[in-house]
Amino acid sequence: MATDGLAIGSGAGFSGDRTDAAGPVVATLVSRGGPAALIFETLAERTLALAQIARRQDPATGYEPQLDRFVGPILKACVEHRIPIVGNFGAANPRAAAARLQALGRERGLPRLRVGIVEGDDLSDERGRALLREYLPPGLAAREPVSANVYQGAKVIADALRAGADVVVTGRVADPSLAVGPAMAHHGWQETDWDQLGRATMAGHLLECGAQVTGGYFADPGFKDVPDLHAVGFPIAEIAGDGSFVVTKAERTGGLVDARTVKEQLLYEVHDPAAYLTPDVVADISQAEVSELGRNRVAVSGVRGHPRPATLKVNACFDGGWLGEAEISYAGPNAEARARLAAEVVRRRIGDALAMRFDLIGVLSLFADDGGRAAAARAPGDARDVRLRVAAAHADRARVERLLAEVTALYTCGPAGGGGVRTSLRSRLSTVSCFVPRERVPARFEILE
Amino acid sequence: MTMPETTLRVPLHRLAHGRTGDKGNRSNISVIAYRAELFPLIVEQVTEARVAEAFRDRRPAAVRRYVLPKLGALNFVLDDVLDGGVNDSLNLDSHGKALAFRLLEMEVAVPAELESLLAGPR
Repeated sequence: MATDGLAIGSGAGFSGDRTDAAGPVVATLVSRGGPAALIFETLAERTLALAQIARRQDPATGYEPQLDRFVGPILKACVEHRIPIVGNFGAANPRAAAARLQALGRERGLPRLRVGIVEGDDLSDERGRALLREYLPPGLAAREPVSANVYQGAKVIADALRAGADVVVTGRVADPSLAVGPAMAHHGWQETDWDQLGRATMAGHLLECGAQVTGGYFADPGFKDVPDLHAVGFPIAEIAGDGSFVVTKAERTGGLVDARTVKEQLLYEVHDPAAYLTPDVVADISQAEVSELGRNRVAVSGVRGHPRPATLKVNACFDGGWLGEAEISYAGPNAEARARLAAEVVRRRIGDALAMRFDLIGVLSLFADDGGRAAAARAPGDARDVRLRVAAAHADRARVERLLAEVTALYTCGPAGGGGVRTSLRSRLSTVSCFVPRERVPARFEILE
Repeated sequence: MTMPETTLRVPLHRLAHGRTGDKGNRSNISVIAYRAELFPLIVEQVTEARVAEAFRDRRPAAVRRYVLPKLGALNFVLDDVLDGGVNDSLNLDSHGKALAFRLLEMEVAVPAELESLLAGPR
């Protein structure tokens, strides 16, 4: 690795990620020596809205519920080896997360943990709502959102690191910016170093989903085999001063990094490869190349950067009513016909009260559509182990509950041999996006000592 | 003179791998050649029109294909195919994570002399 490089490890790629993944990453960063940072990406759209609801019920909550389990095991090693941690685990309450991190520090003999708090993303206050009324579609502007957050960029993270933060805790930031921030701070890049920012953005893009670049979401037995997937190691990117980078992974772990895993993740959630938009830069991978340097080492070159967008994206979450799902299984001779009859019974019991979706799991489910077009085109067959799934969503909870009751009643009132009823009811959130001029939503940070 | 045994018909799954990503009601699916020698066949046969046909049940508002020769990859962007996306769909797989494998089911014609380059069990 180039002597001026910064190694950035991924500790988590989503809120439900493994909490034992960061340990081997930190052990690797420590044993190799040299400048390093660790990032945690734990904030999906729904996660943030749920955090906002939690915070309203208890002002001391609203941050990542697994914060202790993600950060606790590695906090001491990171601070002692000067490996800053950057995470969006602040969710709807970075300040409360910072207080919790300091308590974690005290428990581990780190009485003076410096926590950088990044704020400015939360638009759920009166000022934010006034802004949303200007930029959301007119029909929605009048409704009160559950949460509304603007995607912030890397600069404020870099500033917090330059000010000496051991841990930087944010709410909503663009996922790749979690890695771009430490790279900016380490290499002294300016906000207009577009090529460097574009390259670091794609490094962050490869890191942000954790194991998705090291063999997770990848294995396909006989086609793409992955060693020791049960112990898949999380990724590390080595970012040089010009932004070029190498992807590798934690030592003594399973999984793999090769040209195939990197290409798949490079294009993940990308639309126009020449214009991957973040708050920091418009990254361009249209001429990118990947090359295998050795075992579990892949270089990415040819990435360019173009000037950043003038606007920032805002996600606003609104109450989305209730989703109900209910399932019952049939097996053996004539199972598919019995499952189809069960669907017909539910259809006639509910009538027009709900728009329902019916899946025959084991016959056709994931590849079907809510309109039922694929299912209608599928001639009845003779599948012998079939699970009927019925799903519907509605603003009226009672209607959805009635559907669940009808599926449950199939035990005694439905076709022969129906077993294994499971039902679930949960509230939904719907998300609306808009774009606001960046100068209207300035980011800010503060160091809590 | 035609020799029918000179062309194999195999699923795209034996020529390429891929991954689905989602943003709202839009899905992107990468198609990445296992071998550089297979990429021209993929470019020629895995067209926007054929992908639109493969997903016709979902009524895509648009299908766009981006060609990345240096990666030996295609990136397809399918608009409005997720029944509203992760917050609104009634699908078990509301993200559409499985959709890459629907695309990989597509049949592709491969000259028999390239058979040794195909992936998967012989």
